[in-house]
Amino acid sequence: MNSRLRWRKFVSGFMLTLTGVCAAVAVSVLFFILGYLVYHGGTSINWNFFTKLPAPVGEIGGGMANAIVGSAKLLLLASLFGVPIGFFGGIYLAEFSNSSIAFVVRYAADLLNGVPSIVIGIFAYALVVLPFKHFSTLAGAFALGLMMIPITLRSTEEFLHGVPRALREASMALGASRWKTIMAVVVPAAYRGIMTAILLALARVAGETAPLLFTAFGNRYWSPGLGQPTASLPAMIYSYAISPYDDWHRQAWAAGLVLLALILIVNIFARAILARGSAIPRS
Amino acid sequence: MAASTTTVPSASPSAGSRSFISRLRDGDEIARVITFLFAASVVLITLLLVLQLWHDSSLARHKFGFQFFVTRVWDPNAEQFGALPFIYGTLVTAVVSLLIAVPLGLGAAIFLAELAPQKISDTLQFFIDLLAAVPSVIYGLLGVFIVVPLMREIIQPALKSLLGFLPLFQGPPYGIGFLTAGIVLAIMVIPYIISVSREVLLSVPRDQREAALALGSTRWESTWKVVVPFARTGIMGSIFLALARALGETMAVTMVIGNTPTNSASLLSPGYSIAAVIANEFTEATGDVYLQALVELGLVLFLITFILNGLARLLMVVTTQKGSGMGHV
Repeated sequence: MNSRLRWRKFVSGFMLTLTGVCAAVAVSVLFFILGYLVYHGGTSINWNFFTKLPAPVGEIGGGMANAIVGSAKLLLLASLFGVPIGFFGGIYLAEFSNSSIAFVVRYAADLLNGVPSIVIGIFAYALVVLPFKHFSTLAGAFALGLMMIPITLRSTEEFLHGVPRALREASMALGASRWKTIMAVVVPAAYRGIMTAILLALARVAGETAPLLFTAFGNRYWSPGLGQPTASLPAMIYSYAISPYDDWHRQAWAAGLVLLALILIVNIFARAILARGSAIPRS
Repeated sequence: MAASTTTVPSASPSAGSRSFISRLRDGDEIARVITFLFAASVVLITLLLVLQLWHDSSLARHKFGFQFFVTRVWDPNAEQFGALPFIYGTLVTAVVSLLIAVPLGLGAAIFLAELAPQKISDTLQFFIDLLAAVPSVIYGLLGVFIVVPLMREIIQPALKSLLGFLPLFQGPPYGIGFLTAGIVLAIMVIPYIISVSREVLLSVPRDQREAALALGSTRWESTWKVVVPFARTGIMGSIFLALARALGETMAVTMVIGNTPTNSASLLSPGYSIAAVIANEFTEATGDVYLQALVELGLVLFLITFILNGLARLLMVVTTQKGSGMGHV
């Protein structure tokens, strides 16, 4: 073996090892984040965190009950707004549309998907906050719902396309109408994939902070109804993390742990559903 | 399949006999119209968003014109608004993040696509997907309490003593600043680069690798000189995608960049970014011009990410011949 070849083999082994190191570093970031949150957040979580309102500034203690309820309200409303538009829009794209309309809709959805979340916040502010003259749960939910639309739409379309043509033809051959075929045969066949996509969309917007800053704003008390500013977990993490109080930092870690745990659980759960049912291949 | 008109005499009698009325009774036409309305609303919302940004920034656009982009002064009291410090900060942090994220992400993608056995590759990719799901405010939290102290105590002093003669690494080590924001951004965009690049690398035909190996190249030579160049455009797509994310990222950057409009050449100095200034000042903006200047910044951000996302999609389509895997889901 001449020295030139030995050198080339050395370079090959070295660089390939280096790529492995890159992968290890990238993946270890996840465990690093998890570890730190469990370490700092785990010691700060207590029953009060889930049941108490934030303590007045300067006092130790209190919790984030209002932020947890606020986030739940925001997400529920956002899904009520975003999921139907995405779902039925996706059905139209997959089942009814001709190619030029589908192109326009897909393009708009992809464009919406790429809009920075802070710009979504500006849009929701102009559309919902200004007319009602104050920050509200409604405005925050509108912003989050907007972000759910493109993900739901594209995934619904993709999973419907994955349903075998024979299923459709069998249903129509039995005399079912187009719509009946879609609702009774095609959608149930793609149900698992669509649910997964909606869950992932929900998990993604659950952690969004930027669009809430000037829509849902924030609140240190309960927010009754839908027309008042409301606290949310991500926005609380932000304001507590940049505050000068140690006790707030402690609670920011706790809130971070709760938020991340919820998001990761939903992600793992959704991907597990998808992995188990491989009846519908991803197109 | 079934066309919406029945004017063409059909060869098959059953198709012709299904009149418009009967299809209406079955609900097909109604379903088509209703689902169309939902689909159309997506287009309308997107159009409305663009128009709203354009309209709500008209005052600022007319008052400052092109000067908006090259003026350094941002003085709400004097109603003087120039976006240069923010544009500069956004670009600098994005470039720093890519300088770190591209080699790391590409390296990891090569490992996942070329070296790791299927099972290990899939498992690692699963963790990478989870990493992509971590919300930006969590990155901000870790940035504030871990990266910033680390930068202030160890990394920035070390950089100063090693490379302090360069204008890039001068000034006191605050911990916050362009470099810190760039590092946090890099950590955030690496998952996107890995996911997309891995997919692109996996789509490179097997015979490309085999041909290179058969000609006597080492494993690394076949990867670096054949497979990666083959996937070049798709990898560029992943980089544009990451760049778009980095430019539009708000929370994590706001928490570690320092929020001071400066034009310092030093990476160690505190700065500001477009998204951060919107996040910080939007609710406090008094006066129409102030608010509209912020909306105009939003418009700028929108246009930049729009162009980058478009380029990324184009490049992805060129390589993989399909638009999937571009990060929806």
